[in-house]
Amino acid sequence: MTTDAAIEAVGVRKAFGDHQVLRGLDLTVPRGIVFSLLGPNGAGKTTTVRIFSTLSRADGGSVRVAGLDVRTDRQRVRSRISLTGQYTAVDVAQTGEENLQMVGELAGLRRRDARRRAEELLDQFDLTEAAGRRAGTYSGGMRRRLDLAAGLVGRPEVAFLDEPTSGLDLPARQAMWRVISDLAGSGVTIVLTTQYLEEADQLADRVAVLNDGRIIADGRPHVLKQQVGGRRLELTFTTEPAFDSALRILSHRALSRDQHALAISVGTDGDAARVRALLDEIDPDRDRVRSFAVHDASLDAVFLALIQKDSSHV
Amino acid sequence: MSELGVALPGRVSEPGACGARRGRVMIARCLRLGWRNTDALITSLVLPIVLMLLFVYLFGGAIHTGSAYKTYVLPGVLVLCAGFGSALTAVRVTEDMSGGVIDRLRTMNVGGTAMLTGHVVASAVRNAVSSALVLGVACAIGFRSGAGLTGWLGAAGLLMLFIVAISALSAVIGMLVRSAEAANGCTFAVLFLPYPSSAFVPIATMPTWIRGFARNQPVTPVIESIRGLLLSHPAGNAPWLAIAWCGGIVVASVAAALVLFQRRAGEG
Repeated sequence: MTTDAAIEAVGVRKAFGDHQVLRGLDLTVPRGIVFSLLGPNGAGKTTTVRIFSTLSRADGGSVRVAGLDVRTDRQRVRSRISLTGQYTAVDVAQTGEENLQMVGELAGLRRRDARRRAEELLDQFDLTEAAGRRAGTYSGGMRRRLDLAAGLVGRPEVAFLDEPTSGLDLPARQAMWRVISDLAGSGVTIVLTTQYLEEADQLADRVAVLNDGRIIADGRPHVLKQQVGGRRLELTFTTEPAFDSALRILSHRALSRDQHALAISVGTDGDAARVRALLDEIDPDRDRVRSFAVHDASLDAVFLALIQKDSSHV
Repeated sequence: MSELGVALPGRVSEPGACGARRGRVMIARCLRLGWRNTDALITSLVLPIVLMLLFVYLFGGAIHTGSAYKTYVLPGVLVLCAGFGSALTAVRVTEDMSGGVIDRLRTMNVGGTAMLTGHVVASAVRNAVSSALVLGVACAIGFRSGAGLTGWLGAAGLLMLFIVAISALSAVIGMLVRSAEAANGCTFAVLFLPYPSSAFVPIATMPTWIRGFARNQPVTPVIESIRGLLLSHPAGNAPWLAIAWCGGIVVASVAAALVLFQRRAGEG
């Protein structure tokens, strides 16, 4: 039976010894999107990807990938997915072209087709010029791109990318982002893990936040942002006494403050009447607030807020 | 419209390449990687020749075995070098198992069998070449064999069986240890195994306490048989003992390697 979802995970549990890494993870990823699993170090991202990609078995729960059960249909799942791990999985002593051709032949392509597919991918990932060089001579970014290309040789339905840009400098990371963005819409479902919020924000159609072995939030990036208080009102004050008195009045409502810049930020929904009322409250004589601005919350803020909320429940 | 499915170029059929195909791709990979590892390649080609010259010219004058020493020592050097060269398989396997490559291969349904086949066959090819080189140099410096075709074929077959056995055993070691340094250490154990045997000096000249080990360890019947076959001496039951030892090592190693591959690769 095929389903519409690329991934359907229900109640997935996994422990290493006494350490419970996944505590009932539920997740559904629709086909054809770029999906990002976001979480701090140690949240269980890699474990999740290893279970989804058949490399590790869950202790409990069920996982279907590309419509097939990863436990009972392991071999067929493997023919429909690819994994690009945190450690590059290319042979440094083989050239870029040889690496891709080898993977193609292992995936069941005839030699000639494997060579054609390798050329196609080298071109797509901007590696044609380096095709004949050993992968050991590649820069970190090039090696990662080659690795990603190797994952796509067999035209998988679902491609897992475990922290595809960790350890890369900014230009290399941006090059990788371009490559991944280009893949969106090609029909392949991309599941990437990251601890860079900006990366999830840039690339993903949907983001799930993983913390302490469970999904604590799941949705489109902008919906997630709205979930946690939406926007911020940033106020800048004229003098230090003005700043101090405003801080006294706002007390807990102040989300952050910057004594040096004389700035305080508070949560807001952007409603004009409420902003005006707040300004009147802290600045009745209209000489304390020099300027104000309304910002959308960054995914960073969302992430921290979600994790704080999650830990305060425990 | 049934052609549609096949007409798509590059469309992958399930479930990937068949077993034999995977084995072949892995052999090609291991051979290529071995060929490109220049340091190791030079070591495994040059070291055997240096060792033989060392034994023949440096020690040979002082050692009396009742025949020309270069004739006596050649089988020993062949086995020593084949053992050392095969043991390098451990390092290769460890490198493969600890890198990211293993995850990629596993998600492509490459199992322990294909992995083992690739490494062992590549090792067999490498060591066949280095053994041929040693033999060539030996003939150039005056080694003469009285053996006929059967003797040569028998000796070559036995040497190959020994190479396969040590390679498979080393693959197991490669899956057990966690670092290339540790794997390298294990190759030294194999390198020294031929010394307490009849490889370089007759066992009767050794201290009594070590003779028992030297007579009964697996390298001795291999060397005795190759020597017997090449020099047309009677080798007694040594060939059968050698085949039993090597065959046993191959069977045990393959079984252990497959189990270890599953376990090692399945963790985490």
